[in-house]
Amino acid sequence: MTEFIEYSLLGILSGGVMALIALSFVLIYKGTGVVNFAVGEVMMLGAYFYYAATVTFELAPIAALLLALVGIAVLAVFFERLVLRPLSGQPAVAVLMATIGMASIIHGGVEAVWGGDTYSPPPLLPRTPLIFSDILIPGAVLGNFAVASILIAGFFAFFRYTSVGIALRATASDPVTAATLGIDINAALRLTWILSALVGTVAGILIASSAGLSPLLAAAAMSVFAAIILGGLDSIAGAIVASLLIGWVEALAAGYLGGKSRDVIPFVVVLVILVFKPYGIFGTRTIERL
Amino acid sequence: MQDRSETASANDRRLPATVGLALAVDAVELRFGGIRALRGVSFSAEPGRITAVIGPNGAGKTSVFNTISGFYKPASGRVMLGGVDITRLPIHARAARGLARTFQNIALFHGLSVLENIKLGGHHTMRAGLLSAMAYSPWARREELALRAEVERKVIDFLEIDHIRHLPVGVLPYGLQKRVELARALAMQPQVLLLDEPVAGMNREETEDMARFILDVQEEWGVTVLLVEHDMGMVMDISSKVVVLNFGEVIASGTPDEVRKHPGVIQAYLGAESGVPA
Repeated sequence: MTEFIEYSLLGILSGGVMALIALSFVLIYKGTGVVNFAVGEVMMLGAYFYYAATVTFELAPIAALLLALVGIAVLAVFFERLVLRPLSGQPAVAVLMATIGMASIIHGGVEAVWGGDTYSPPPLLPRTPLIFSDILIPGAVLGNFAVASILIAGFFAFFRYTSVGIALRATASDPVTAATLGIDINAALRLTWILSALVGTVAGILIASSAGLSPLLAAAAMSVFAAIILGGLDSIAGAIVASLLIGWVEALAAGYLGGKSRDVIPFVVVLVILVFKPYGIFGTRTIERL
Repeated sequence: MQDRSETASANDRRLPATVGLALAVDAVELRFGGIRALRGVSFSAEPGRITAVIGPNGAGKTSVFNTISGFYKPASGRVMLGGVDITRLPIHARAARGLARTFQNIALFHGLSVLENIKLGGHHTMRAGLLSAMAYSPWARREELALRAEVERKVIDFLEIDHIRHLPVGVLPYGLQKRVELARALAMQPQVLLLDEPVAGMNREETEDMARFILDVQEEWGVTVLLVEHDMGMVMDISSKVVVLNFGEVIASGTPDEVRKHPGVIQAYLGAESGVPA
């Protein structure tokens, strides 16, 4: 029983970072209709920026974090302006291919600059573990979950209560009407890409500073795709719940069936659920894009 | 205007005074491929008055509206707002110049509440842009928010939708949705208000309510109103000027009485010698 509780806690807590990655993806999908296959690579690149700033330029972790965020935000602005805006109005597949192209470029660029080695960037958060009698929760897992929870709560508040957040929701649901209300649609799309890239970067840095940094980090987004499909492509709440669920299933699979199974079992679970709920647990039934 | 300030209650629900701007389209040509949707259309809406655009289906009424809003860019001709050429201005920049509109098929945000929809109407008046929102002085920002809340409250009182302000718009009946859309447009504090078929699909009672609201908006706020409408009785009752389009051309314009008697209008509507239904 203790074992089960420990695996479950670990799994659900590590699902928090996955939820951040899912948020990065769903923000773009809801806000712009683009299925962004570069989420994992953006996250990885942000983590490399952080690594370069802390280790190569010897900055304090917080300064390095800010620098990485700024760098990624600037890239997001360029990508939106130079690649996506000219593609607006083109078929969804063309835009999707552009994001895959972007992912390849980032991947290649990272390997060219940093190679394929695994690095250990300095941690952002203290690593004091939490111990309840027999159960030990590593500090990194706990810290990552806390950061993810705070960020996600912040996003919910932003979209619910601020006029900019409401304007972004309006733009997502009906850009033409939003424009007649005086909302600058291009600015809204740009802001959406920036926010998504920032969330992804934070997730990347959290993972890299607890589990190590290599180009494989981008693959972390794979199990997140499973979570997103399970939650329903267009539901932020769904993506979060599904991320926690997948994190939990992964941890149980790894604990009871051995480490290799964690890469397989979640997808089996997703397939089974999708057979019964093809639009995901929380998804809208009428997804027409893609 | 003159006698209304006497009663306190009327004064309280009064909207902040605005100056209606003149709106004019000047020799506008609009083509879709080989089709000339608008053929050199020129007319004007006088400041602070209600002007109606009427015409049979396919006459180009909605094309005129969409050109004024900025959805369509005309091949030639100009759209003038308060004497300024806005033909090439992006859609969102027209809101900042005082232009607001409603849509024939209600364009509310269904996932949002009535109040959130109305708040969006005030979005362009926030001086802080999307990115500079945080850089803006909190004190000035609070003042601005208070001002916005005041406008929102007055608009909500004015259109008598206070009881539904926290409901999601999707659950509201059609007539109320139309009213919420008007409220959102008013929350933009427009100087020119475009109404695309404001009473389409409404019953007699709802139509009368809406006509009363439109008249009140024009009288109490001094807004210039341009509307497209099929309900001829309503158009003739509230408009001070009527412009008639047919096959993308202006075939008549003038007071309701002049237009009613205009032989070209009678021809276009009925193809016969009887009068336009009043």
